[in-house]
Amino acid sequence: MSHHLVEVRDLHFAYPDGTDALKGVSFRITHGESVALVGANGAGKSTLLLHLNGYLTPTRGEIRIGETPLIRETAAAVRRAVGMVFQDPDDQLFMPTVFEDVAFGPLNAGLPPDEIEHRVVSALERVGMAHLRDRPPYKLSAGEKRAVAIATVLAMAPDVLVMDEPSSHLDPRGRRRLIELLKSFKHTKIIATHDLELVVELCSRVIVLDDGRVVAEGQAVELLNDETLMLAHGLERPHSLRHLHPH
Amino acid sequence: MHMADALINPAVGGTMWLVTAGLIAYCARKVKQTMNDRLVPMMGVLGAFIFAAMMINFSIPGTGSSGHLGGGLILTILLGPYAAFLVISSVLVVQAFFFADGGLLALGCNIFNLGFFPAFIAYPFIYRVIARDEYGTLRAWIAAIVAAVVGLQLGAFGVVLETKASGISELPFSAFVLLMQPIHLAIGIVEGLATAAVVAFVAHARPEALFPAQAVVEPRNSMRPVLIGLLIATVIVGGAASWFASTHPDGLEWSIAKVSGKEEVSGTEDNLHKGLGQLQEKTAFLPDYGFKSTETEAAPAEQTAAEPEQWPTISAGTSVSGIVGGLITLGLTVLIGFALKARRAGV
Amino acid sequence: MGLGQWLEIGRMDELGRLDTPAHRLDARAKVITTIVFIVVVMSFPRYEVSALTPFFLYPFALIALGRIPPGYILRKILLAAPFALVVGMFNPLLDHQVIASVGVWSISGGWLSFASIMLRFVLTVSAALTLIACTGIYRLGAGLERMCMPRVFVVQLLFLYRYLFVIVDEGARMMRSLELRSARPSSLRLRVYGSLVGHLLLRSMARADRVYRAMAARGFDGKIRALHRASFQWTDWAFTGGWTAFFAIARMWNLADALGRILAGGGS
Repeated sequence: MSHHLVEVRDLHFAYPDGTDALKGVSFRITHGESVALVGANGAGKSTLLLHLNGYLTPTRGEIRIGETPLIRETAAAVRRAVGMVFQDPDDQLFMPTVFEDVAFGPLNAGLPPDEIEHRVVSALERVGMAHLRDRPPYKLSAGEKRAVAIATVLAMAPDVLVMDEPSSHLDPRGRRRLIELLKSFKHTKIIATHDLELVVELCSRVIVLDDGRVVAEGQAVELLNDETLMLAHGLERPHSLRHLHPH
Repeated sequence: MHMADALINPAVGGTMWLVTAGLIAYCARKVKQTMNDRLVPMMGVLGAFIFAAMMINFSIPGTGSSGHLGGGLILTILLGPYAAFLVISSVLVVQAFFFADGGLLALGCNIFNLGFFPAFIAYPFIYRVIARDEYGTLRAWIAAIVAAVVGLQLGAFGVVLETKASGISELPFSAFVLLMQPIHLAIGIVEGLATAAVVAFVAHARPEALFPAQAVVEPRNSMRPVLIGLLIATVIVGGAASWFASTHPDGLEWSIAKVSGKEEVSGTEDNLHKGLGQLQEKTAFLPDYGFKSTETEAAPAEQTAAEPEQWPTISAGTSVSGIVGGLITLGLTVLIGFALKARRAGV
Repeated sequence: MGLGQWLEIGRMDELGRLDTPAHRLDARAKVITTIVFIVVVMSFPRYEVSALTPFFLYPFALIALGRIPPGYILRKILLAAPFALVVGMFNPLLDHQVIASVGVWSISGGWLSFASIMLRFVLTVSAALTLIACTGIYRLGAGLERMCMPRVFVVQLLFLYRYLFVIVDEGARMMRSLELRSARPSSLRLRVYGSLVGHLLLRSMARADRVYRAMAARGFDGKIRALHRASFQWTDWAFTGGWTAFFAIARMWNLADALGRILAGGGS
C-alpha cells in the first residue's frame, strides 16, 4: 500500500479563539508530485501543514494519506509516512548532537539499534552532512542546520515530505545547495513557501491559498506567470519567468 | 541568595541533597502522571526564559535601584508546583556549574531554599488563596507580592539555619537573621512586583497562554505527601545536625554556645558525651583540631568518645611545619599539574 | 547578568566538548569522584588549613589533563567569591581566641577558620567547574540519568541548556531594539518591563510549542528514549578508585604537615 497519495477534502479549522483559519480546502496530490503551497502571510499555509501529520485536528473535513484516513488512531502511522521539515531548524534540532537528533525519530519508532545507526548514517550521507554527526546542532551554520533538519526527517523513511519555508535564512549558496538536494529526492513533496523562484525550479504544480481557501490551482509556470492572479493574492510574478516567453 | 559549598558541612549538605533528590523524584513522577507531552519542552524553554529574564531590569519606584525577576514564583504560576520545582532545580544546577553560583554540596540546600518554599508553600497557601483565579487585578498583585516575600523569607531563613547547623561561619544566629531577612524582604517585594507585572501582561495579551501550561493537578489535594516529606526531612536534618553537634566539637552546639553564651544545649547529648562535657566546654573555644592531623578525625562518628585526649595541643613547631608543608605541597601540586600538561601536549 | 557571562557559558560549552583523557572518562566516574572530593574537603575541622593543600592536586590534575585554561577557572572562582568572603569575614571579627603562633605573630582562631573557609571555597568551586569543563553538560546529563536521576528531570535540564542561548539571544535583541528607542535604557518602568518580559515569555512559550510540534512529528509520545553507548571502563574504575584512595590518605594524615616537618627538620 502506497502512502504517497495525499488527499484533502473540504477541510475547515477554527482556532480556539474563534479565528477561522481554513474554510473548506480541498486538493489531491499524487505519487511523486512536487507541489507548492503559496499565499500571503495569514493565508492558512502553516495551519494546513499542521493538519497533514495530525498535529491539528480539523473541525470539519477529511484528510487521507494513501488509503489511510487521518484520525487520532492513525496519527502515529501517518507521522511516520509524512515527514515534516519546520521553518526554524532551531525548533527541530533539540538534541545534544546531530547524531542523536537524527536518531530521535527512528528511536521513537522502536527500531533496533543497528537499524537506527544505519538509518542515521545514510540520512546524513544523503544530505552530505555525515562529517557533522558528533557536532552540537546549534553550532552549525544555517545551511547545515537546514540539511540536518531534513536528515532528521529522512531517517524516518517517509513517503511524503512536507516543508515549511525551506529556504528561509539561507544565503544564496546555501539556498542553491538546498534546491539541488530537494531536486534529487523522489518523494512526494509539499512545499509551503514565499520563495517563488524556488517553486519555479522545484515544483510542477502550485496551489494558491488566500484567506483559508484554495483560490487557484494548476501548472506552476502557467500560474506564477499570471501577474493579475499573483498580485491579487499578495504575491508577485517570479523574476525568472519574465525572461521566458510563454508558448 | 545562593549558599556556597565552603560554608556547609557534609552532614547538612548531604541531608539536604537526600531531601531534594526525594522531592525531585516525587515531582518527576507527578509530572509524568499528567500525561501532558508538551510539558517537557515547555519546562526546558521556560527555564531558559528565566535566565533571559534575569538580564532585564526595571527601576524600583521611589528608589534609585533596579531589580529583576527571580523565577520561583512565576514558574510555579505558569507550570504548577511539580514541574516548576524541577525547572527551578535545573536553573540552579546550571548556575552552580556554569557561574559557580552556589556549589555542588550546597546544591541540595539551594534547591530546597529557592524551590521548595515558592512552589510548595508560597504558591498553594498564599498565592492561590489570595489571587484565586484572577490575573492582573489588585488581588493578583497583592498575592504575588505577599507570596514572593514569604517564599524568600522562608528561603533566607533556610540559609541561616543550614549555615548555622553547619557551624563553619562564626556569624551569630541573631546577627545572621538580622542580616538576611530584611535584605530578602526587599528582594521579595521586587520579585513580587516583577512577577505580577509579567503575569498581568500575559493575562491581558494572551490569557489562554496561562492555562494550558498549568496542566499539573492542583497541589492542595495532594499536598500531604509533600508535607510528610518535609516533616521527615526536618527530623532527619535535626537528627543529623545534633548527631554532628554531639560527635563533632565544631558542630551546631559550638555555634549555639557561641551565640547564647551557654555551653550546653540540652537534648543533644548522650551519656558517653556527658562524661566529656568538661573537656568539650574547653575545646569548644580552644584549638580543637589545630594543625596536627589525627587519624581519629577521619571517622568523626567514633572519634570523640573513644580518644578525646588525643586532641592536639598547639605548639609553634607544628604551626610552622604546617605552613611550610602547606606552601610546599601547593607548589608541588602546581608542578605536577604542569608536568601532566606538558606530557599531554607532548603526546 | 550581563552578556559577558553568556560568552563565558559559550566558552565552557566549548571546553566541555574537547576530546582529552579527562573528557573521555565516564561522566559518572567524574561525578562520583567530585562528590567524594567535596565531602572529604568539607569534613575537615574548622581550623584546618595545611592539610587541605594536598587536595589541590585533584583540580590541578583535571585542569592539566583536560587542557582547560587555568586562568579561565581562576576568573570564575574570583567572580563567585563574594558570598563566602562576606560570611567568612565575620570569623576573624568574632573569634579572637589565639590558638597558634608563628614566630612573634599570634594567630586567632577567626583568621584560621577564615583561611580555611576560603581554601575550601576555592577547592570546592574549582572541583565543580573542572567537572563541567571536563565533561560538558550533555555527557553529564547522560551520566546523571544513569545514576538514577529521573529522566524527565534530565531531559528538561538539557532542553533548558539547549534553548538558553536561543532565548537569551531573543531577550538581548528585544533589549537592543528598546535601547534604540529610549533615552534611559538601563532600567525600565514597571509597566514597560511587564510588557517586555511578558512578550519574551509569550515568545518562549510559542517556541516551546513549536519544539513540541517538531518532536511530535517525529513520533514523540511522551516517552523519552535514549541510546546508551558508553560503558564504565577500567580507566574509569581506576580514576575513581585512585582518587578516592588519595583523598582518604590525605584526610587521615596531614601530608603537608609531614612534608614540612621533614623539610623544616622540626615539629613535635
